[in-house]
Amino acid sequence: MAQGAVIPTDTMVGSVKGRSLWADARARLFRNKAAVVSIGWLILMALACIIGPEITGHRYDQIYTEYSRIPASLTAYPKPEQITPAVERIGSRLRAKPEGIAVEGDTLRATFVGQRPIDERSLAFFSRSDMFGEAQVTERGEEGRRLTVEVPIERRHFYFGTDTNGRDLLTRTLFAGRISLSIGLLATFVALVIGVLYGATSGYLGGRIDVAMMRFVDILYSLPFIFFVIMLVVFFGRNFILMFIAVGAVTWLDMARIVRGQTLSIKRQEFVQAAEALGVGTKGIIRRHVIPNTLGPVVVYMTLLVPKVILLESFLSFLGLGVQEPMTSWGVLIADGARNIQGAAFMLIFPSIFLVSTLFALNFIGDGLRDALDPKDR
Amino acid sequence: MLSFILRRFLSAIPTLFLVVTISFFLIRIAPGGPFDLEQPLEATVMENLKRIYNLDKPLIEQYGIYLWHLAQGDFGPSFYLRDFTIGDLFARGLPVSITLGSLALLTAVLLGGTLGSIAALRQNSWIDYVVSSFGTMGLTIPNFVIAPVFQIVFGLMLALLPVGGWNDGSVRNIILPVIVLALPQLAVVARMIRASMIEALRSNHIRTLRSLGLPTSVVVLHALRGASLPIVSYLGPAAAALLTGSVVVETIFALPGVGRYFVEGALNRDYTLVMGTVVLVAVFVMFFNLLVDILYAIIDPRVRYE
Repeated sequence: MAQGAVIPTDTMVGSVKGRSLWADARARLFRNKAAVVSIGWLILMALACIIGPEITGHRYDQIYTEYSRIPASLTAYPKPEQITPAVERIGSRLRAKPEGIAVEGDTLRATFVGQRPIDERSLAFFSRSDMFGEAQVTERGEEGRRLTVEVPIERRHFYFGTDTNGRDLLTRTLFAGRISLSIGLLATFVALVIGVLYGATSGYLGGRIDVAMMRFVDILYSLPFIFFVIMLVVFFGRNFILMFIAVGAVTWLDMARIVRGQTLSIKRQEFVQAAEALGVGTKGIIRRHVIPNTLGPVVVYMTLLVPKVILLESFLSFLGLGVQEPMTSWGVLIADGARNIQGAAFMLIFPSIFLVSTLFALNFIGDGLRDALDPKDR
Repeated sequence: MLSFILRRFLSAIPTLFLVVTISFFLIRIAPGGPFDLEQPLEATVMENLKRIYNLDKPLIEQYGIYLWHLAQGDFGPSFYLRDFTIGDLFARGLPVSITLGSLALLTAVLLGGTLGSIAALRQNSWIDYVVSSFGTMGLTIPNFVIAPVFQIVFGLMLALLPVGGWNDGSVRNIILPVIVLALPQLAVVARMIRASMIEALRSNHIRTLRSLGLPTSVVVLHALRGASLPIVSYLGPAAAALLTGSVVVETIFALPGVGRYFVEGALNRDYTLVMGTVVLVAVFVMFFNLLVDILYAIIDPRVRYE
């Protein structure tokens, strides 16, 4: 809003409260159920992505070699049927046969019988495994050829399963959400700043400058979009932050057009002429009077741009140009899942649900905002 | 009208020239070259290669050579896919991409238009909600998710259609890629048609038609004429993008189209291939923008080009 439009509410106690465009729009937005649910969902998603990776108990790049591509499960791993083969594997390392494998709660009891005395140092294989803790010898017999050991079982939950490298998919999905959402927001912000400044300047100055500036936008438009992004990625390397800027630098064109169109109609209005008459400089008019009044359509376009950018990022990741391992984004995870769809469909399903529901929510909010800010539709 | 078209053709030349210039220098400043392999080539081999492809000349001279050849319609030889000229590659790939793209476009317009109109006629009914949520879904689910899911469901589980390949354009091979290509466009068309049809159905001339008691089909046809304007302007760039191929769809379904050349060319610094695709896309975009303007004048008699 323009500075002059701010009403000093403290002097107006008890009088009728005016309804600003924004208050009106907010009320209309909150009457839109889909938009409200979407806002709630988005807040939840953001919180989950910010806090989630810290409380799942796994690091996003922690590799469990024994749990590669295991399906999602609500109960803890290792499953009962996994324990015996694992103990047998360790037994073969000890050159001994396990006997009487028994699981009581979280401890495993087993007796190893070997041809020759068993080297107790090899019991370290237990703690090296992802399934067990430190082994304790409870009984020795037959001159060290018979060892009874007690081993704590390390219970781990993989609610979304693990990926091909044995990393927890839940942690990775949430961590990827951080990256995808922040790419979406940052790139949109870059597009917003460039687009609004460029569009407002072009529209307000008008004349030959306007024609030249818009011709430049047209030329960038006819360059293939993908080519442009790839060139930027090639230039900046596969750098995380520069990716934002590159994507933002490509998506500002529409924003510039929208803002220019708005500016053309605003600059003919009385308050701009009044500002001109009072001697406000061009910069001041654009910043104080033109840009704030273009915000309605810009906000709508912005909410619709965030999902577009997230999709674009995931598209780049699908091509292998996006975020690099061990960092991850929803696009990377989905591309990974698509490669493993046979046999490990969960690797595609979970990240897709996260991505698609977020994009859904953003689209509903965008649509809701458009309806709320549309003065024709009261 | 004719003079308008002619003027547009003439004004396309400087734009094309600028596009070529920008992308020529952009790809040249990019680090790396077409012959940079994991193990560097011998110096003399490199020198010979560079001489053959005119890469040893100053950049400005190379630019001049390229423009001169381009003006004669010669895109030059490919650096990376050796033994092929860019013209050959396009001659093989374009028919594939154009077939897929035009079929997808047709599907999107016909189905999307029908769905959108039905939704607009029955606003706030269950059909409307189904179409709207379908539209949002088509926009939000990336095609690289849909494509493998389709492959698994229709290709492997139901074993109805082949999972990939071109097979000289046999109908069974085309179905899945066309659907995957069409879905997002279909969603956009349905949404846009719905929105503009709702507005058109409220307008005065439609109300007049209704009050005269004309059958719904006639009313819809008249409303569609007005409502199709925004879609026409959307479809121009969309058609250009569809007909020049999609990287994702062509990669996943193993189709020999031109869509892959963008990425392949840029990543391998295949300068001529990149330039060729840039020119190709720019020409398509400009052609379809012109087509949109002409269609606009045909649909909306208020639009005049002098």
